[in-house]
Parts: sequence; structure tokens; C-alpha cells
Amino acid sequence: MIPAMTPAATALRAGWARGLIELRQSFTNAGDLLAHLLWPVLMLAVLYFMRDRPFGSEGLLLGTLALPSILGMNAAMGMVSMAQTLTAEREDGTLLRAKATPDGMRSYLVGKVVTVAGGLFVQLAILLLPGLLIIDGLAVGSLDAWLTLTWVLVLGMLATLPLGAVLGSVFTSSRGQGLLQLVVLGMIAVSGIFYPITSMPEWLQGTAHFSPVYWLGLGMRSALLPESAVSVEIGGSWRQLETVGALGAWALLGLAVAPFVLRRMARGESGSSVAARRDRALRRIG
Amino acid sequence: MATSGEIVLDVEGLRMRYGTTDVLHGVTFGARQGEVLALLGPNGAGKTTTIEIMEGFRARSAGRVRVLGTDPAHGTEQWRARLGVVLQSWRDHGRWRVRELLAHLGTYYAPYSTDAIRRPWDTGELLEAVGLSEHADRKIRTLSGGQRRRLDVAIGLVGRPELLFLDEPTAGFDPEARHEFHGLVQRLADDRETTVLLTTHDLDEADKLADRILILAGGRIVADGPADDLARRTTAADEVRWTRDGRNFVTSTPGSTAFVRGLFHAYGEEISGLEVRRASLEDTYLELVRQGEAAAREAKAAQ
Ligand SMILES: Nc1ncnc2c1ncn2[C@@H]1O[C@H](COP(=O)(O)OP(=O)(O)O)[C@@H](O)[C@H]1O
Ligand SMILES: [Mg+2]
Repeated sequence: MIPAMTPAATALRAGWARGLIELRQSFTNAGDLLAHLLWPVLMLAVLYFMRDRPFGSEGLLLGTLALPSILGMNAAMGMVSMAQTLTAEREDGTLLRAKATPDGMRSYLVGKVVTVAGGLFVQLAILLLPGLLIIDGLAVGSLDAWLTLTWVLVLGMLATLPLGAVLGSVFTSSRGQGLLQLVVLGMIAVSGIFYPITSMPEWLQGTAHFSPVYWLGLGMRSALLPESAVSVEIGGSWRQLETVGALGAWALLGLAVAPFVLRRMARGESGSSVAARRDRALRRIG
Repeated sequence: MATSGEIVLDVEGLRMRYGTTDVLHGVTFGARQGEVLALLGPNGAGKTTTIEIMEGFRARSAGRVRVLGTDPAHGTEQWRARLGVVLQSWRDHGRWRVRELLAHLGTYYAPYSTDAIRRPWDTGELLEAVGLSEHADRKIRTLSGGQRRRLDVAIGLVGRPELLFLDEPTAGFDPEARHEFHGLVQRLADDRETTVLLTTHDLDEADKLADRILILAGGRIVADGPADDLARRTTAADEVRWTRDGRNFVTSTPGSTAFVRGLFHAYGEEISGLEVRRASLEDTYLELVRQGEAAAREAKAAQ
């Protein structure tokens, strides 16, 4: 008998369905909704207060510079969500359930990417749409700007989400998660998101090049800022080619390593390890 | 019950070592299609280890294992689709609704549907079968322990498995939930198509549900047979009580009939209040576990 659909197609379709269901759950749940809204709203408030502050001699406003960077950072935070979700769902047995279901692992991954990326897009929209009204001087009148925004975002997700999955399977304990968050916050701090990178010490500028967050922010700025703003970037250039190269390299690395790491992590999962972790967690609380 | 079905489970000389501790020293048993097997043993005997090796969740140290004709260490997705798995504890998908999750997980089995076995199980029917219809729209994390466990069983069944593994399915059930669960397993077993392997501490449960009981102790299967046979094994002693000269006596003996004959022969009319309690399944079980563990200790000491 010929199956109605190939398993690979089912895995994709089931993963997509799964991603949408979890996305809907996260928007119909008070706690999650707050988490989705809190960050964009906070950032909008910050933007509102810095909107008229001038920066440098080019007649640019600090708020104008900050909006695209914040978008870039937000996109990069998908890495943390991915890692956190993976750790939590390994702990509660969701990953094991995926393993117990035919083609479950593949669908699980597809579903996670859909959920996290979907959540990010919504957050970006919440930030960007009011942001466009608050902030003057953005170069959003051209189709070019939106095209650049799109490729930077897609490439940025490809660079950060698989990497997040890898980090999630490396930093497995709740304490490890705290550490991971610290690392990502550090990346953000040195990425020229809140203040132009050229006003930072040289050695920090060098470090920032290793962080996908810097490249995401830069890509966003290249999409949304007027040409004159390029003067505050390293080398006075948007360096789009380098952005593609750096984000592409992270994406390739993540995509190459993630399935391997996930499979290994899944191999180590069993009912007893899930139960043991739960007991440990209970002891910590109790 | 004699079944002539195909061999579904075939385990031979299975060994498992964690670090330097050997948990399984050569477990051997098998099952034919349609059988219900109960794997019984004290805490820490290695029941979960055994079952998780068969599920393909754990790599064994040595031995031969065939599950539905396949080595679980190399099971394909096709093979996985024919199994149902209920682990000892599960608390995943707390934000999903009961019906939503069952329907979703069912879709994974559709490509593996055959003319003989239509997959997946219809969500509504399955909810009815496990008694969760009225909770179908609840969020999973709001279910009680017993309801959650029934959902776990439903998920184990959604792909219409040919072989179902249940690791302590009724732990934490109240008597009513337990009774309902037993009914569910018995209905499954009635078709003689689904093979079931369950682990439990509960002897009555094993007695009630299983065609065959396997007792795991000291890292080996120390008994394998129908419940009645086990209870009749002479390893455990019967208990004889009587009164003579106003004094109460009690003694344990493997051959109670011969003992009582001797007793009457010696004292005749003086004997009163005679009571003979045959070794129960529980006595047999405790005795077998004790012997199994002692043998394992001796083997270890002899090394
Ligand atoms: N992952 C593990 N690492 C080390 N020891 C383990 C592991 N899993 C189980 N054990 C040990 O193996 C023995 C058998 O455990 P288990 O199979 O869970 O027994 P049961 O299910 O019969 O209670 C126990 O002593 C347990 O501590
Ligand atoms: Mg166990």
C-alpha cells in the first residue's frame, strides 16, 4: 500500500502545524503575551524619550540610529528564546515525546523555528510600526529598504536560531541558562546597538565582529538609515558583503552542527533522565 | 493462554551496566502477538531500564534484542510508528489542550496506515475509550494526576500500536481510576492483536491483567509464567496453624498436605482450630525476589 504522503512531507506539515499551534498559544496566554509585549513597549518608550536628541554633527538623531539597532538586537534574541525553549522542553519531556513519535524530531525542529521566528516577527512589527511614527529621518520610503530588511532578517534568523538550538543543548541546566543569557547580553553590549560602535575602544570593536548580533544590527541600520548615517560605522561603510559573509557563516555553522547536537542530545534522553531531572529540580525548590 | 501469534519480543542475554554497576545480568524472555506481559520487580530492579532498551531509548551493554523483528538500537521511523510508549512520568505539552494534542500527534501516524491497521485512531473515539471526553478541551497542565496518566495512555495508543509499552501505568491512581484503566487494557487485550508489556509493583494488577508474569530480581528473570503457575510453585511455604492442649502453633512448610497428615497421625483428636494457608502469589513473589537477590549477591561475592 502506498502511503498517502511521504514521511518527510508529513514531518514538514506537522512541524508547521505544530509551530502555528504553539504560536497561537503564546498569544492567547497572559504571561506570554506580556513577555511578547514588554520588550517592544519598553524599547518604544526609550525611543520616544531619545527621539529628539541629536547625535554627532551630521544632523542625525540618536533615536533614528537606535531603532534599527534595537530591531537587530531583538531578532538576535531569538537565539536566547530558542535555547531556553529547548532546555525547558528537554526537561519536561517534550523532546522525548518527539523522539517517541515517528518523524517527531524533524517536526519538532521545524515547529520550534516556526514558533520562535513567528513570535519574533510579531515583536518586530510591534516595534517597527509605532517606531516609524515616533522616529524621524528613517529611509523607509524605498522598496530597496524593505528588501534589505527582509534579507537581513531571514539571514539573521538562519544565523541565530540554529545557533540557539546548539547553545540550548550545551547550556542545559537552569543555571547554565543564566550564564547563556549573560553571554548574549554581553554580545549585545559590545555590538554597537545602544551607542555607535565607533565610539567604543578599538579592542571592543574587534570583539564585536565575532557576534552575529553586531552584524544583524548593522544590516538593519543599512536597511533603514539614510546614507549619511554610514559615517558612524566602522570604515564608514555599511559593509553589506561582509554582513552576508558573517551571518552566512554563522548560519552554515549552526545548520551543520545543530542536527548533530540535537540528535546526540535526543539519544541521551530517556524517561528516567527526565524523571531524575524533575526530582533534582524539586529538591532545589523544596 | 496459548497464543500461536508471531514472535513480537525476543530478548536474550540482555545486559546493562551503568558505570561500574551491573543492573541487568542476562535477561531473557519473549512474547508473542496478542500476549499481555507484566514485568514485576522491586524498585531499582531494572524494569524501566529493560523497557527503555526495548523502546530504543537506551543503548544496551550486551545481548540480543529484537522488537517487532528489529534491533531497537537501529529502529527506523517506520518501526517506531508500530510502537506505543507510555513512560514512567511525563509532563510535556502542558499548554496544549487534550483533544488538540491527540489530534496533532495522530497526524504523524497517517503515512504509516496500512490496509490491515488504519492509523491513527480517531480522536473522538480514543477520548471516549480512555474516559477523557468531558475533559477534551481542558489545558493539559490542569488535569489531575490520574487524568494526565490516561492521556499518556491515549497518546501511547493513538498510532494503533502493534506493541504497547506501559511503565507503571497506574502509579498514583485511585482505586476507581485503576479499575477503569484495567478495563481499558482488558478491552485491548481482548482483540488479541496488540501485544502489551507493562511494569508494575502491584501483584493484583499483574494477576488481573497479564497472561504471563515475569519477575525481575537480581538482574535476571527469575520467574516467567501464568499467575496461577507462579502461585503453585513450591518455592514458597504454606502456613499451617493449629491448637493443641490450649496452645496455638504455627509453622511454615512447603508440603502442607503431608505435614497435616503427620500432625493428625501423631495427635489425632487433640488437634483443633486447624488452618492451612496456601502460599499466595505474593508469598511466591517475595520468595523469588529474595532468592534472586541472594543469588546475585553470591555471584558478585564470588568474583
Ligand atoms: N541513567 C542511569 N545512570 C546510572 N544508574 C542508573 C540510570 N538509570 C537507572 N540507574 C540505576 O539502575 C537501577 C535500575 O533502575 P530502573 O531501571 O529505573 O529500575 P526500576 O524501574 O525497576 O525501578 C537502579 O539502581 C538505578 O539507580
Ligand atoms: Mg521504573
